[in-house]
Amino acid sequence: MVSVEDYVARTEGTCGKEQDVIVMFKFDRKDEAVKKILAKATLKKSIAGIIFELTFGKYSFRLYGSGKAIFRDLQNKEELNALLSDLLS
Amino acid sequence: MLDVNKIREDFPILKRKVNDNPLIYFDNAATTQKPIQVMDAVRDFYQNHNAAVHRAVHTLSQEATDLYESAHEEVAKFINARGSEETVFVRGTTEAINLVAYAWGLRNLKRGDEILVSLMEHHSNIVPWEIISEMTKANVKFGEVNDDGSLNYESLENMMSKKTKIVCLSHVSNVTGIVNDVKRVVRAAHENGSLALIDGAQSVPHMPVDVKDLEADFLAFSGHKMLAPTGIGVLYGKKEILEKMEPFQGGGGMIREVSFDMRKRQCSISWNALPGKFEAGTPNVGGAVGLMEAIRYLKRLGMKNVKAHEETLTKYVMPLMKKVKKVTLFGPKDPYVKCGIMPFGIKGLSSHDVALFLDSYGIMIRSGFHCAQPLHEFFKLNSTARASFYVYNTREEVDRFIEVLEEIEQF
Repeated sequence: MVSVEDYVARTEGTCGKEQDVIVMFKFDRKDEAVKKILAKATLKKSIAGIIFELTFGKYSFRLYGSGKAIFRDLQNKEELNALLSDLLS
Repeated sequence: MLDVNKIREDFPILKRKVNDNPLIYFDNAATTQKPIQVMDAVRDFYQNHNAAVHRAVHTLSQEATDLYESAHEEVAKFINARGSEETVFVRGTTEAINLVAYAWGLRNLKRGDEILVSLMEHHSNIVPWEIISEMTKANVKFGEVNDDGSLNYESLENMMSKKTKIVCLSHVSNVTGIVNDVKRVVRAAHENGSLALIDGAQSVPHMPVDVKDLEADFLAFSGHKMLAPTGIGVLYGKKEILEKMEPFQGGGGMIREVSFDMRKRQCSISWNALPGKFEAGTPNVGGAVGLMEAIRYLKRLGMKNVKAHEETLTKYVMPLMKKVKKVTLFGPKDPYVKCGIMPFGIKGLSSHDVALFLDSYGIMIRSGFHCAQPLHEFFKLNSTARASFYVYNTREEVDRFIEVLEEIEQF
């Protein structure tokens, strides 16, 4: 069982009406996290291997090669954790 | 004209790479980078002079006190105050406004009185007044802004009445960069018999500000937005007003005497002279030393040159941003009425997406409400992306920023 904490340094609710969540992966594990997520999710489009628009089940989100991801329309932290756990397993 | 290449040599952080790209720092309205001169001054203080200031006779304390008082004097000269007794050191703009709200507001506002602010204020010039209004039963009133984000002066002036006890306005909007005619508002406030507080967080670092010319009763600003360390800022107040005010916080340093009547078992307290009356506890001496050095650095550049440099970048970037099809620039379209703050959006992307895109290319900007939610609600915007410039930014950085915006547009 993958522990989300192994990969995630910090999650931050964005400032603004959108209420998005930004996930920042640990610096030393970000490449691994990005690789795992790219293998699991479906790629819709990308720019130069730096920015990826992805879908995974009912979720659509953006992943950045810099080790960050932005998720929308999540109800709570449990939903985010479950999603990350699936993506990183 | 500023020699920007020479200036950049003073900022070691600008040499680093972020996400394999040269760092481009366009988040200066939030905080600025620090030159080696400021870092050296702070290190020298802690390495050679560190001690608690005032009331000690030993050498280190004398040296620290001299530095701390010199910092007060440097600040006073920088904003053309009548003397260092008019410059109170605080943590930053937020604490400066809270100081006025609590120390002046709690004792001078009563039920039915009005505090007049504008819709473009930063939360730090709204929330303290809302808290104080709750405590005093006074009311906070909001002056309108026009569709381009400029202040509606007539609306603000028409809202002034006998009930208006204080008018609180930002000199420069931290969202749109628009420069308010604060002199006009201060004059109108005084004609109405009200005090005037100016939030100078986005003006003092970027242009010459003369408190005698502005005639404002209070001016608040932060050191970290003008090359100094975090945790140091200034409340300027007219001496005669500060003298009438009661202290904000109690403790060491802000008292002249705490005598104890043994018979009555009671304390009798008298306040220290200005600005000590408002500086309770051991102050941030290292921060003050850093602020002093930052001011000296800016004075060497010349504040008129700082302003001119940012105007040049603003005039350069605005037409380039307008050419990027999916980019919308918010706020005034005239670069002559604003500072180097560029709020914008890209069609189909949230401001956070834009900021993350740019971050991937080493470009640091801000996204969100920028602590000014009422103005965003007025504009009916969920959030905005914001690029903001300072003395070390270049046209080449602007060109790279535009290139990346064009790439994002293709996404």
